[in-house]
Amino acid sequence: MSKLYLIRYGEIALKGENRSLFEDILLSNIKKSLDNKDKNLIIYKTPGRIFLETSTDQSIVIERLLKIAGIVSFSPVQKLSLNYNEMKKETLKIVRNNLKERENTSFRISARRSNKKYKYDSMELQYKLGEYVIENVDQNKIEVDLHQPELNINVEIRKHNSYIYSKVYQGIGGLPVGVTGNVGLMLSGGIDSPVAGYMGIKRGAKIIPVYFHSFPFTGDKTKQKVIELANILAKYQNNIDLYVVNFTDILQEINEKCPNKLMTIIMRRLMLKITELIVEKKNGKAIITGESIGQVASQTLDAIKVTNTVPKLPILRPLLGLNKVQIINMAKKIGTYDISIQPYEDCCTVFVPDSPETHPNMEQVEKGEATLDVDDLIKKAVNTVELINIEAY
Amino acid sequence: MNNVYLDNAATTIVIPEVITEMNKIMDTYYANPSSLHRLGLKAENRLKKARKTICGILKVNPKELIFTGSGTVANNIAIQGAVNHLKKFGNRIITSSTEHKSVLKIFEYLKTQGFEVIYVPVNNKGIVDLDKIKEVINKNTILVSIMAVNNETGSVNPINKIAKIINEYDHIYFHVDGVQALGKIPINLQVNKIDLFTISAHKIHGPKGIAALYIKNSVIIDKILQGSNQEQGYYPGTENMPGIIGFSEAVNHLPTSKQINKIYELKNYLAEKIKKEISDVIINTPLNKRSSPHILNVSFADINGEILIHSLESANIYISTGSACSSKKNKISHVIKALKLPTDYQQGSVRFSFSQHNTKKEIEYTFKHLKDKVKNLRKIIGGKK
Repeated sequence: MSKLYLIRYGEIALKGENRSLFEDILLSNIKKSLDNKDKNLIIYKTPGRIFLETSTDQSIVIERLLKIAGIVSFSPVQKLSLNYNEMKKETLKIVRNNLKERENTSFRISARRSNKKYKYDSMELQYKLGEYVIENVDQNKIEVDLHQPELNINVEIRKHNSYIYSKVYQGIGGLPVGVTGNVGLMLSGGIDSPVAGYMGIKRGAKIIPVYFHSFPFTGDKTKQKVIELANILAKYQNNIDLYVVNFTDILQEINEKCPNKLMTIIMRRLMLKITELIVEKKNGKAIITGESIGQVASQTLDAIKVTNTVPKLPILRPLLGLNKVQIINMAKKIGTYDISIQPYEDCCTVFVPDSPETHPNMEQVEKGEATLDVDDLIKKAVNTVELINIEAY
Repeated sequence: MNNVYLDNAATTIVIPEVITEMNKIMDTYYANPSSLHRLGLKAENRLKKARKTICGILKVNPKELIFTGSGTVANNIAIQGAVNHLKKFGNRIITSSTEHKSVLKIFEYLKTQGFEVIYVPVNNKGIVDLDKIKEVINKNTILVSIMAVNNETGSVNPINKIAKIINEYDHIYFHVDGVQALGKIPINLQVNKIDLFTISAHKIHGPKGIAALYIKNSVIIDKILQGSNQEQGYYPGTENMPGIIGFSEAVNHLPTSKQINKIYELKNYLAEKIKKEISDVIINTPLNKRSSPHILNVSFADINGEILIHSLESANIYISTGSACSSKKNKISHVIKALKLPTDYQQGSVRFSFSQHNTKKEIEYTFKHLKDKVKNLRKIIGGKK
């Protein structure tokens, strides 16, 4: 049997002329996230609301809606006719179900009437339904609380139907994926970069992750770990194209020819350039990194300064204001943390200089990489890139 | 070159004879050995035959062997069952610092339960210190658990001598984790005072998911699992028939003494080549009969073991750092730490482990690549200096 969900969105309602376009993208994202389960789902918008009808198991619907950017909150809804008797019975049923889980509850009825032709106005409806509940439930078990009720029963009267719901799930908010465009993501196996990717997704970006693989300095289990991280991000944007760059030759070349203390800086400069070339082909408009100012040697302001100018695309650093603990908490929340902490060797940890330069300047860096045939290295890397399509579910 | 598999201490290739026998069992002996009907009886008899085969190799009575789901489970049944039964006699339990995690973790747990845990150290060849055992063993001791062959270094512990020491006490059980020993070194459970002995099928070209515990006739341990009466109630649950039959078939194909000599030769050949042609190495495995034929542990200065593994992997050569279980943790294993190697060598320990199915040609091929990769990696890491 199909169930109804009422989905609320916030920010996109404010976006003027683009509003309709944004709503359509959100509608399509919701549909895509569920249509492998239910080809016949129905989704439509009414002013300010989206309604979804699907036969998919409720727990799956909830899990997936919780991952869709642009949804502020949603509720599983009972759809009824405009018959008052039906409404009062359903209201009482919700209260009684609630009392199965706890001794007593405070409650309120919140009515909204967009159908002004309905016989009761909002105030009257709230009063009547509330009174009906009180008359039919043990007085010791319920209490009206208009300000902070434990149970808030919402009743909405629309043109053809009434809708009753009590449970509200908070979504991740933000903007629907796709409205802001494609953005590259430098994805490593660490804790930070997947969180940075999530932040981009939440702002409506479609992420194109690029991972730098350096076999044998990193094993295939590290690559597998990155694929699993990308799969988690895919659940937030439906699917992901992961680009895997074979970085081994470049790494060895840098290690051989460049000053050791600049290793990480020069490596990052090349990674940014390669990412830009891959992302530009996909009409990407920026590159997201997991950098947070001052966190490690390659993230001092001086280090950021000499890497920042490599690509023409803007580099976005959504984590720059966060502390490590905050980043870890977010990683746990989105489900990437447990994968990120699997301890396989990471090329960065192998090639990390004993005493890295924390205050590099441009002159020093340009001199340091002068002996590299940068264009040739980059060309080779871009030509041998591997594309992995990752489905969300 | 096809895959050169030198990770036989982690697990072994299942030989075709075992696969054939297991297929047959799943096809024809599908009934539950506990069932009363004819098919159940047929399965029960086949199970008895398999148990007898394995007991024949160990020279023990079929009543003294129970099957379990893994070596880890067998160690738990033995150690926890023993201390539960003997705790009225004392509180001290002794093991070595280089045991397999499946033993060390039990001892860590028992410490939280109020037992006094003593870890006996090993020498720089990974062999337990016999004098130290004499020193710490006393009337309050109820259990000693020492592995026969170390899974990372291949070092063979003086089990007979330890047994003699323990024999002088009334209320001590001696448990031996023999998982790496079965089929590799001589084991005599009849003569020695070994009360509990763990073996596992997947280290001898049998299937995973089946192991066994020898419980000496005169030894009583508590049951740590509850259920029906299978495996005398120590490991209740419907018997893993294909696993048990696969185990017994693998036992039928244990290496002959000629094959054991061949494995020793392969190991010594590789060790000698490494010593002669690669600089700055330490052979951690004792190179005589004080080590099991199948394990060679080597530390290369200025090399990261994990990277060396992946480098050899690109030539289809498969080895390990330490044990397969501990190599997931990005740190030096407790066994390598116990060897007290110089700092430069600690990261660079790898384990080659052989079987009778490896050939001289494979080892020559392996050495050629090993020499090459070590040289390259040192050049790369040397860039840092």
